[in-house]
Order: sequence, then structure tokens, then C-alpha cells
Amino acid sequence: MKEGRPRSFYVLAIFFAAYTLFLYGPMIAIYVLSFQGPQGGLTFPMNGVSTFWIAKLFQGTGIVDLGAAFRRSLLLGIIVMIVTVVLSVAAGMAFRRKFKAQSILFYSAIASLIVPSIITSLGISLEFRIIDDVIKGTFNENFETSMGLLTSGLGAHLTWTLPFGLLIMFAIFNRFDPRLEEAARDLGATPWQAFRHVVLPIILPSVIGIGLFGFTLSWDELARSSQAIGAVNTLPLDLQGLTTTVTNPDIYALGTVISAVSFTVIALALGTIHMLNKRQAAKGSDAGKGLV
Amino acid sequence: MDTSEDILQQASPDLVRGSETARRSKAARLSPSFISWLQAGPMMLVFLAFFLIPLVFVVIVSFWDYNEYQLLPAFSGRGYTDTFEGCIAQLPDLCTIAKTYLKTLKLCFLVWVITLFIGFWVAYFLAFHVKSKTWQMGLSLLCTIPFWTSNVIRMIAWIPLLGRNGLVNSGLVKTGLINHPVEWLLFSEFSVVLALVHLFTFFMVVPIFNSMVRIDKSLIEAAYDAGATGFQTLVNVIIPLAKPGIVIGSIFVITIVMGDFITIGVMGGQQIAAAGKIIETRVNALQFPAAAANAVILLVITFLIITMMSRIVDIKKEL
Repeated sequence: MKEGRPRSFYVLAIFFAAYTLFLYGPMIAIYVLSFQGPQGGLTFPMNGVSTFWIAKLFQGTGIVDLGAAFRRSLLLGIIVMIVTVVLSVAAGMAFRRKFKAQSILFYSAIASLIVPSIITSLGISLEFRIIDDVIKGTFNENFETSMGLLTSGLGAHLTWTLPFGLLIMFAIFNRFDPRLEEAARDLGATPWQAFRHVVLPIILPSVIGIGLFGFTLSWDELARSSQAIGAVNTLPLDLQGLTTTVTNPDIYALGTVISAVSFTVIALALGTIHMLNKRQAAKGSDAGKGLV
Repeated sequence: MDTSEDILQQASPDLVRGSETARRSKAARLSPSFISWLQAGPMMLVFLAFFLIPLVFVVIVSFWDYNEYQLLPAFSGRGYTDTFEGCIAQLPDLCTIAKTYLKTLKLCFLVWVITLFIGFWVAYFLAFHVKSKTWQMGLSLLCTIPFWTSNVIRMIAWIPLLGRNGLVNSGLVKTGLINHPVEWLLFSEFSVVLALVHLFTFFMVVPIFNSMVRIDKSLIEAAYDAGATGFQTLVNVIIPLAKPGIVIGSIFVITIVMGDFITIGVMGGQQIAAAGKIIETRVNALQFPAAAANAVILLVITFLIITMMSRIVDIKKEL
């Protein structure tokens, strides 16, 4: 390997750089355009630089009630994140040994991931419509609907985030050394102590990764929400609604604000993962360091 | 959070058997299979309530009747006959549904070929050319971050570039390559394919990369020592070993594009018909049985494609 890099390296490095530019270029364009001057339009060149459109968004004078949709999406995202982490870690622990219905759960998760979102969304909406009809018919004629952000909406988002959580848990336990747990057991740890003090600290960085997936996938979710969210909209649904009507940069401003939340969450999660990994490297083991 | 902690408390039955303290605790009285149910049950319930039962309802409702404003729970094939209207009468011309599916399959094929090409070489670069683990992590992360941001925003992002007065058009006019801005850049099949590739190449990169990093490097050296050219090594060693990743990535991309209605809607200016869009249109018209019938058709076709592809590789073994 001392001969230097082959020519294919440089060709593919340029290809990779072009792909990265393709990924990020357009996004950066709209972040820049959201700082258009008050007279600015939807395209370059910039007509002055200002925070006019972003400020307009927060004044609530725009087309959508940003504040309410923002709070709804944030609430849903946080709940989805918590539920995804707890259920994925629990189910991941179950998959470490054989149990009945194991393959049913596995194939449900895979199917939930690849069945087109519009079908899942339609199914949930039909399910809730039928539930509503039953309630209206048998209990209460004035019943409105059981569909909503935290019923059908939460369920729809979980069908999308849980498969990712489960697959990440598989990846974790594929490289997990069970002897660490055996050692804890030999030292007299209860199952909970072994989980809390041995397993959890080791898998914690990846568990934060599950949380990151849970929140960001919910925060940006669209296809599954479309039919199943009920009367109120989430932020991405409002944004999608704007794409057909809007002619000035407040759509970019909204996009920039939504992305800012995503990037804050990504940075927080990655920072925490990095910190935990460093701590593990520093304190995790003194093997091979000799006697101190 | 009590319940979840309880579940986790029963973490491992092996522990229970091994430890004297634990033997006397509550955990010892629970059988391992009961503990598994406590751990996996909640997730199973979510899939049951929000995925499996809804799918059953889709199938049932597809056989219901409907009028202008409500569902009629009586058996009827109207959802299907409405969908296939004119398919026999109009022969040899294609009916709407057949045309729509052909168009969807065409988009699907284009996106599949392009994402496979890009995904393969990006994964190849990351797996074989990037030697340091830190760089590999960093560059993988660079590919993943956009996946954690909003799809709609990533679609809208093309507007200032491809629009009538966008960067691409004004650039082309300035350089004198064209006299007038071209219209087909945005709200066209071109922009739909571009946006789908932009959004979903990630689903190709990850599984192919996973397959490639598992390839034993000594196999490649062996091929090289045996006199294989770089191209022969690629075709006879790397591609066969990366096949599971290629198939899984392809399944992801194909099923996403088959059911897509948002990208096709936004980037096609709501003018391009597609399998997913029919369902949306029917729902908006409150024709739920027809929507459900279309969902069943889409499900069957998607399932056939996946079955064909999973013949090539055992998915469960690869994860």
C-alpha cells in the first residue's frame, strides 16, 4: 500500500464530491434565499439581505399559523422519540433469545417499512373512521372523531420509526459481547442491575441514535401523516400545502426554520454520542494499560 | 415509565438462573417466554393496531359500496370496476389505470437505475478507498444528515435552481447555449426523477456499503494475485458479494417510488399521474372503497416485485 493511491481513487473522490454537492447544494440555496430582502423573489439573484421573511413568519401574519403547527410537530416528535426508544430497546432485548412470534414481529417491522406509506396511512384513516362510526352508532350520536395528533397521528409515525429503531438494535447486539453481562451476573447483579449498569451504558450511544431517528423522522414525516393526522396539520403538511400557492420567499423561510430545528437536534445527538464514546474510551477499560 | 422499567427489569432469563439473589426475586417466578412477551409485546401491539389491522381494513373496505358522500358497508366490486373502467372496452388503447401504472413503472425504473449507479459507486468509494475509520464515519455521516432533514424542503430546494428564472436557465442563457429559458426543467418528469434520486439514493448507499465493508479484503487481493484485472475483480468478486446490499437497496427504492405521491405531486406540479396519486385523489373525493381498491392493487404489485427480488437473496440472513 506504499505505492500511493490508484487513479480510480481520484475519479471516485471527484464522483463522491459531486454527489455531496448534489445533496447539499440545493438545500443551501434555499437557506440563503430565505434571507432575501423584502422585495426579493423566489429565485436568485438576491434582492438585498434581511431577516424580513423569517420575522414575518414568527409574527403570524403569514399564511399558516406557524406557532401552533410548530408546537404540534414538536410535541408529536418528542413523544414519538420517547416511545420509539423505549419500545425498540425493549424489543431489541427480547430478540437476544428465541421466543415465539419472533419472526412475526420481525416481518411486521420490515413490512411496515416497505409497504407504501400511502397504504398504511389510508388504512389507519379507514380504521379510525370505522371506530368513529361504531362509537356514534352505539354510544354517543354527537361524538366527533377519535382521529387526532396523538391517536392516529402518533400510530402512523410509529409504524415508520419503530422499524428503524429495531434494526438499529439488531446492529447493536450483533457486536455486543455477552460476556460482559455474564461477568455482571457472576458478581451477583440482578437482571435490572446488569441492564442498568452494564448493558445500557455500553449501548447508550446507539440508543441516542435511535432517539435521533425517532425525532427527525417524525418531525419531517409527511406521507403517513397525510391521511391519518385528522383535522390539524403538522408543520411539514403545512409546508407542502404552501408549495402550490406561494409566490414569495416565506416558504423558504419556513423551510429554513424547520431545518434549523432538525440540525439542532442532529448536532445535539451527535455531540452527545461523541462525548459518550470518548468517555467510554477513556474510562471504559484499563486493559492493556499495565499496572498503575 | 414504570411499565417499561418493569419490562427491562426482566432483562435476561440467563441472569435469573445464574444468580442466587435474583432467584428469590420476582423475576425468577416469570418464565422466559413471558418476559420476552413483556419486552416485545408493546411493539407488536403498535404494529397490530396501526399497521396490520389497518391493512385488513383496506382489503375489506375495497369491497364495500359507496356514494357521493359516504361509505356503504355492503359487498360490492365497484371500487375495482370503477378503477378498471374501460380497460376492456377501449382495447387496443390502454385505459387510464394501465397508462398510470406504466408511467409509474417507467419512473420507478429510471430512478432505480440512476440510484443504483450512484449508490454503488458512492458505497464503493466509502468501503474500499477511504482507509481511515474516522474518515469513513465522517463521510457516511455526510451522506446521512440530509436523510434526517425534511423531504419537502429538499424538493422545494430545486425551485430556485430549475425554475423559469432559476440558476440553471439563467446560466444557460448567459453562456449562449439556449436563447430562451427551457420549461421542462421544473414541474416535469425530469424534475420528478431528479428529486427522487436526490431524496432516495441514501437507501441504496447504506445497504450496499454494509455488504461491501463485510467483504474480506484478502479475497480481492487473491483475485489480484491470480491475475484478475480491476474490472474482472469488480464483476466476479465484488458485485456478487455486494448483491445482498444491492437487492435490499433496490427493494427500498422501488417500493418508495411505487407508492410515492408527494414527490411526484410537488415536483410534477400536480400534473403527473402515478399509482400513489390515484389513491390520494380518490381519498380527496371521499371515494374510500375506490381508494382502498387501488391500494390493494398497488400492494399486490409491490409484493410481486419484492417476492421476485427476494428470490435472489435471503433478507433475514443479511440483517
